[in-house]
Amino acid sequence: MAPSLDFTIALIPIAPFLAAFLAPWVHKFTGQYAGWILAIIPASVFVYLLNFIQLIASGSFVSTALEWVPSYGLNFSFFLDGLSLTFALLISGIGTIIVIYSGKYLKGHKHQGRFLAFILMFMGSMLGLVLADNMVVLFIFWELTSITSFLLIGFDHARQASRRAAIQALVVTGGGGLALLVGVILLQQVLGVWELSALRNYGQILQEQAIFPVILILFILAAFTKSAQFPFHFWLPNAMEAPTPVSAFLHSATMVKAGVYLLARMNPVLGANEIWTITLVAFGSITLLWGATWALRQSDMKQMLAQTTVASLGLLVILIGIGTDIAIAAMVIYLIAHALYKATLFLVAGIIDHGTGTREITELGGMMKLMPLTFIVAAVAAISMAGFPPAVGFFAKEEMYLALAQMEWHTIAVLIVLILGNAMMLVVGAAIAIKPFFGGLKATSIKPHDGSLALIIGPVIFGVAALSAGVFVKEFGDIFISPTASAIYNLEVENHLKWYLGMFLKPIILLSVLTWVIGGLLFWKFDEVRKILRRVDESFKWDFDIGFDWLMFGLIRFADKVTRIWHHGRLEIYMIVVFISLGVASILPLILTNSLPPVPDMPDLTFYEWGVFVMAVAGLVSVLLAKTRLVAIVSLGIQGFAVALIFLLFGAPDLAFTQFMVETLTVVILALVMTRLYLDKRDRRRFEDILRDGGLAVICGVGLMVLLMAVLQTPIDLRLSEFFAATSVPIAHGHNIVNVILVDYRGLDTFGEIAVVMAAGVSILALIRIRAGGPQTGIGAPKKSARKNITRKTTTRKKPAVKKQVSKAVAAKVATKVAVRAKAVEKNVSQKSAKTKAASKAKVVSKTKTVSKAKVASKPKTASKPKVAGKVKTKGKTKAKKGVAK
Amino acid sequence: MNTIIFRTIAPFLVAIMVVFSVFVLLRGHNEPGGGFIGGLIAASAIAIYGIAAGVSEVRKALKIDPLAIAGFGLFIAGLAGLLSLGAEAPFLTGLWTYFEIGNAKVALSSVLIFDIGVYLVVLGTISAIALALEENEEGE
Repeated sequence: MAPSLDFTIALIPIAPFLAAFLAPWVHKFTGQYAGWILAIIPASVFVYLLNFIQLIASGSFVSTALEWVPSYGLNFSFFLDGLSLTFALLISGIGTIIVIYSGKYLKGHKHQGRFLAFILMFMGSMLGLVLADNMVVLFIFWELTSITSFLLIGFDHARQASRRAAIQALVVTGGGGLALLVGVILLQQVLGVWELSALRNYGQILQEQAIFPVILILFILAAFTKSAQFPFHFWLPNAMEAPTPVSAFLHSATMVKAGVYLLARMNPVLGANEIWTITLVAFGSITLLWGATWALRQSDMKQMLAQTTVASLGLLVILIGIGTDIAIAAMVIYLIAHALYKATLFLVAGIIDHGTGTREITELGGMMKLMPLTFIVAAVAAISMAGFPPAVGFFAKEEMYLALAQMEWHTIAVLIVLILGNAMMLVVGAAIAIKPFFGGLKATSIKPHDGSLALIIGPVIFGVAALSAGVFVKEFGDIFISPTASAIYNLEVENHLKWYLGMFLKPIILLSVLTWVIGGLLFWKFDEVRKILRRVDESFKWDFDIGFDWLMFGLIRFADKVTRIWHHGRLEIYMIVVFISLGVASILPLILTNSLPPVPDMPDLTFYEWGVFVMAVAGLVSVLLAKTRLVAIVSLGIQGFAVALIFLLFGAPDLAFTQFMVETLTVVILALVMTRLYLDKRDRRRFEDILRDGGLAVICGVGLMVLLMAVLQTPIDLRLSEFFAATSVPIAHGHNIVNVILVDYRGLDTFGEIAVVMAAGVSILALIRIRAGGPQTGIGAPKKSARKNITRKTTTRKKPAVKKQVSKAVAAKVATKVAVRAKAVEKNVSQKSAKTKAASKAKVVSKTKTVSKAKVASKPKTASKPKVAGKVKTKGKTKAKKGVAK
Repeated sequence: MNTIIFRTIAPFLVAIMVVFSVFVLLRGHNEPGGGFIGGLIAASAIAIYGIAAGVSEVRKALKIDPLAIAGFGLFIAGLAGLLSLGAEAPFLTGLWTYFEIGNAKVALSSVLIFDIGVYLVVLGTISAIALALEENEEGE
């Protein structure tokens, strides 16, 4: 079983994407022949895949890997074994037909090129899904199929129903995809492999892990949502809003089988235990009966087929759940047989819809003479669906009954479910093949006519395939069933399918006969059964579809409520919450861990250091005493300059330099902001407000002070500083360590910071301009011709919205301040860490280490507290004033 | 605030500040200074000019929208980082070359380009905000 390496299989999923890229142009230049031309790509993929049949049938497999993220061991890897080959052939084969069919079916539609591109994109995603070896690659293609399916269901986007169906399908299958992602990651964490091909022998090890049930449930969830298993089945019938070729391709033959594929692929790893068997068989059975019953209730042919697809998916899941070699073989035969006949029946429904203008089975009849070819292909498909020999469907049914032919009570229960389900599906197949073609001719809006070559070629090919697979069942089994089943079962599965006379004499044939009899009886009373079911349906007030709506709207309402609580739009409360959190976050951990710093001794300061300290305090006091807002702002600047002086005195000229500039700009910008606010010059506030704002200021100030003191309690680790001091000149060619750190050692940090500065600038500008009624000059300014209109509009809008503008302006102001401050603080921190430690050593030679340390310790206490308190004060003022303005 | 003395002095002051800001930017690698502080100085210069001469005058003099300057700064900072990929070194690795012009040895480096990027981002963003705030509602 040594894999042969073949790089070209990685191209198989890529080719349809390239074709999708070209599709709109091909359609533009070739018009109605676009379908035939674009079908070349999937057809060549199909032919190319045929080359591998011999190799795969001999038990080998093909794989390839492109390096992707080596640090996580992720490769862009693909592999081809029996299971993926069967799926890939179905996808590319049916895909070829579908592309040809859509070329005709949507002829003249103005977005036909787009449609073909979507179909081809889907095909690429689906091929990637079944060929993926790496589980992350599998996940990506899994989600891509959900997205392309969304695009295709919502193709007719002008209709509300298709938009809703598209979103529903995306939510359900995309949600399942997330479960898959978590499952994949957990699986990798446990086993340490990303590759599916490597996983198959780890089943035993994995199933002994405690986390195994979680992984199992996640994978089952992903498969059930994708393959429309109960209780996620409701999205599939709704997806019939898509054009008929899409329904035939995605929602019967391929995409909905992705869940089945996943279960089959994971069978060696996750299978053969009680949870697996019971879950799969139980939910598969419910899905089978549910879908089959509801199929009988429908009269729209596409809906009937959609519901039987749900049923068939249930049947496939049951067979995987049973998991014996015969059950797996039966699953594979049924999978292929179903893809062939269901795609045919969908295409037939499309042809009838195209040829008569209706899909209602009750409005059709007697068209045998008018649509003879359509009738023949429909009949062949129905024969295969009903499981009559010689079609391949016969063997599918025989094998699944054989798999359950042990006389134990639980297998008998499943057997009964299978017989009932098959019988009901038989009725639907027969109804579509017989009802529109026999009886009296009924009047339709369009005169019934057969489809043209592009429409009918697909069903003919599928019919021939279904019949020849049945006739040459021995070869079919050797080539497809045995390698595929072996890949799923992880042991060689012998092919025992062949024609011989004795098979009709075995007792097992009685089960088939029983199926046909029940089906015949139901078909005889078809209309009555439908009426009864319809009445039952109407007596229920609730179904899963309504449940989905309820869930979605509930989610939106919930999000709305949460948003209203947190995003109330009251600036003062935002600020209070932010500052209380800041204060609490800085003090509480220290109290909880009992690591409050001791009160430091009185520092031994020189007279000029005292001078600076007094200056800072004076600035703070004048902020508190200031009569007008402008004076308060300028006084805040005094305090800031005092802090800058402290930086200068303790050997951090860079930091001081920046602090001077930041303080200046802060004062300038704050003053500018003040000119734009509709505020009184004076800041009057009530006593409670003073208490509240003052309290906040004290909490934050004390919090930061205590925090900084606590930081200084721990001994400073000088390793980094020493490294910078030692390497700055020889490696980074710079003597200014601070700058070297900013632009070289931590260049990426700085890069991120300037990006943030830029983003903050853009948002602040936007806030300012909302108020000014749009930009007048510079980026985003209206063109000269349009400018007049805009100014007129804003002037009319301005008057009633004064209140809003005030609050917006406040927001703008605060944003400005916060941004400038944030930058300053950021720089302060990054510079402080290196500068005060490293630079004082490297540059300021005169100071000994111990002295500089002691001084560093004294600095934050004097500096940080008044600064923060002052800041809070001014913010509090604007808040209070806003309240007054209101 | 907008006295005639201020208005007369402002252009000279602004010119000196801008030159000084470039000086601070270029000396940054070895002496106190650098792109961030240089950018702040230049932005202050532009803000002062805006107060003195009016915003439309500043925009005319700048020719380029300040936010575009900031964007360009971010762009060349990123570009400076990508340069090192050409030398098969990780993103943002500093590259250095030296030129002899007369007797002076001039250092050129990707780090300097990066610092110029920082300078332009800070200059552009802050002056964009300052100018927008200086504009009153009629757009002037």
